[in-house]
Amino acid sequence: MSASPEPVLTIEGLRVEFDMPFGRLVALRGASLSIRPGEIVGLVGETGSGKTLVCRSVMRLMPPRGRIVDGRITFDGRDVLAMSTRELRDFRAHDVGMVFQDPFSTLNPVLRIGNQVAETLRVNFGLKKADAQAQAVELLRDVGISDPERRALSYPHEFSGGMRQRVMIALATASQPRLLLADEPTTALDVTTQAQILDLLVKLSAARGMAVVLVSHDFGVIAQVCDRVAVMYGGHIVETGTIEQIHDGAQHPYTRGLLDSIPRLESAGRSTRLPVIPGVPPEPTQSLAGCVFRPRCRYAQPDCETVSMVLEPVSAGHETACPVRPFAGADRSFAARAGAPT
Amino acid sequence: MSTIDVLEQPAGVAERRSRLAGVLGLSREAKIGVVILAVLFLAGLLAPWIAPYGQNQLNFTDIYAPPSWAHLMGTDGAGRDVFSRTLFALRLDLAIVLLVTYPPLVLGVFVGAVAGYFGGIYDATLARIVDVTIAMPFMVLVIAVIAIVGPGVKGILIGVPLVAWALYARLARSEMLVLREQPFMLATVALGYSTPRTILRHAVPNLMRSSLIYSTLDMVANLLLLSGLAYLGLGAQPPNAELGSIIADGQSAMLTAWWVSTLPGLVVVLFGVGALLLGDGLSDGKLRGALQ
Repeated sequence: MSASPEPVLTIEGLRVEFDMPFGRLVALRGASLSIRPGEIVGLVGETGSGKTLVCRSVMRLMPPRGRIVDGRITFDGRDVLAMSTRELRDFRAHDVGMVFQDPFSTLNPVLRIGNQVAETLRVNFGLKKADAQAQAVELLRDVGISDPERRALSYPHEFSGGMRQRVMIALATASQPRLLLADEPTTALDVTTQAQILDLLVKLSAARGMAVVLVSHDFGVIAQVCDRVAVMYGGHIVETGTIEQIHDGAQHPYTRGLLDSIPRLESAGRSTRLPVIPGVPPEPTQSLAGCVFRPRCRYAQPDCETVSMVLEPVSAGHETACPVRPFAGADRSFAARAGAPT
Repeated sequence: MSTIDVLEQPAGVAERRSRLAGVLGLSREAKIGVVILAVLFLAGLLAPWIAPYGQNQLNFTDIYAPPSWAHLMGTDGAGRDVFSRTLFALRLDLAIVLLVTYPPLVLGVFVGAVAGYFGGIYDATLARIVDVTIAMPFMVLVIAVIAIVGPGVKGILIGVPLVAWALYARLARSEMLVLREQPFMLATVALGYSTPRTILRHAVPNLMRSSLIYSTLDMVANLLLLSGLAYLGLGAQPPNAELGSIIADGQSAMLTAWWVSTLPGLVVVLFGVGALLLGDGLSDGKLRGALQ
């Protein structure tokens, strides 16, 4: 959480466009983010805000027609966007792992679990078959698969969703990467399994000093496990900070709207309306000058049409892209919010 | 962890079942098909050792003998034992059938998978070539090749694969178009695997099923083609026995010695039934679970 160590991953002004038959679509408009070694960063935002695309850009796994048109991605001093095919394969194989949203379709249905894990060890580390098998069993044990010797012989369809996600995590972390990109790893799972998977991610991160980017649209998930949060909106990162800084002192109106729209226990039984953010997210085909949140923002000023959405520091480790800062100095404790008008 | 314990039991059972049944954890029909094919292939393979007579051993004292214990399928107009000739014919025919069915399968699946994976210009080019190939009148092409290289097995070995790969390529391509959108294909790239590994080890096993099922039909079609050409005298040349040529030989004596044509004909039917049972079983057998 301290700002001292060099970031393992830095994303600066990432802009991703899609060339569609009907025109150009801007999915990321200049996202910036940095991840320090060993920390767990939550990437939160609504559907279509570009969370997944940030992860896929880091892996250079662009969807069809997608193009990174501007920005820099630096991993450990190396320019990811300038890597050759060969360097890129090595980068994916050793430095960074990715876990996907849907554990039901991310494992190859016709290969045994153990063989799939062993394959990464054989291909990426040149292990002998027997050694790889033995180590695969250990990796499965690490991610909490009981009786891994026997389970390694099973096929994916014999596993439950949570178990498959564990296997996927074992696969993605087999090479001891320094960064794990977890793209909504628990969305397809039920709540108890979700807690176990999050728990596993935290344990692995701590045990191996592995940084984790946890993508989610659920603030609850993020608050449970993350050190820092980055809030995304309309292809921008609009605010970053520690969990406490964001929760208690959110400066961006969007972040605050997001937090306010979480149902709370205190209001249970009372017939209060859940606050919502009026309007809809910007169409990716629109080119917006100034702040992307402006059309939906209650605090918008005339100046907002011309600002560039650059993250400005609020306090140590806390940055926001909102120059208006309508909440500067405001108290965001539970007690204060309970009585606040919506 | 209680969820995991609960799941332990059924998963363990499934695992044992798949191990026990192995690759042939198939339906009963498919198993019957496998047994039929195994008997026929073994009979062909072991022909020189199990045939009671030589394939061209003449015996003019026993012309058109009806089936008996001495001659299981009777004898033909030259006193040759039809059962022995059928065994040798099976040996030759099945070897040719395998040669004209499976190498094109491998080639077709490879070409189709690569084209489907990369898409774009590769895909468009392949699709056109396949269309042209499939549009070619098959029998006429094979006969044309035979016209060039002369009658005999060579013409079939060249002519059939020239066309046969195209259907497998089309099948594999269409499956690959679906497969390449699967998240596990993306995951293999994310793990740093090379493109050949992604295609050959992760995609191809997933798209083999339709081609393997089709290959059982293809084998039957090829055996019929082979018999047909032999019947026309364009297949293996005398004195080599082929199922089609045995049938053609017996045709003239059909009314007096029905067995010469009929019994080898039934062997062709038996092969067809076996292959179709297997193909049918494959299409709804064990792989269902894997590709749910």
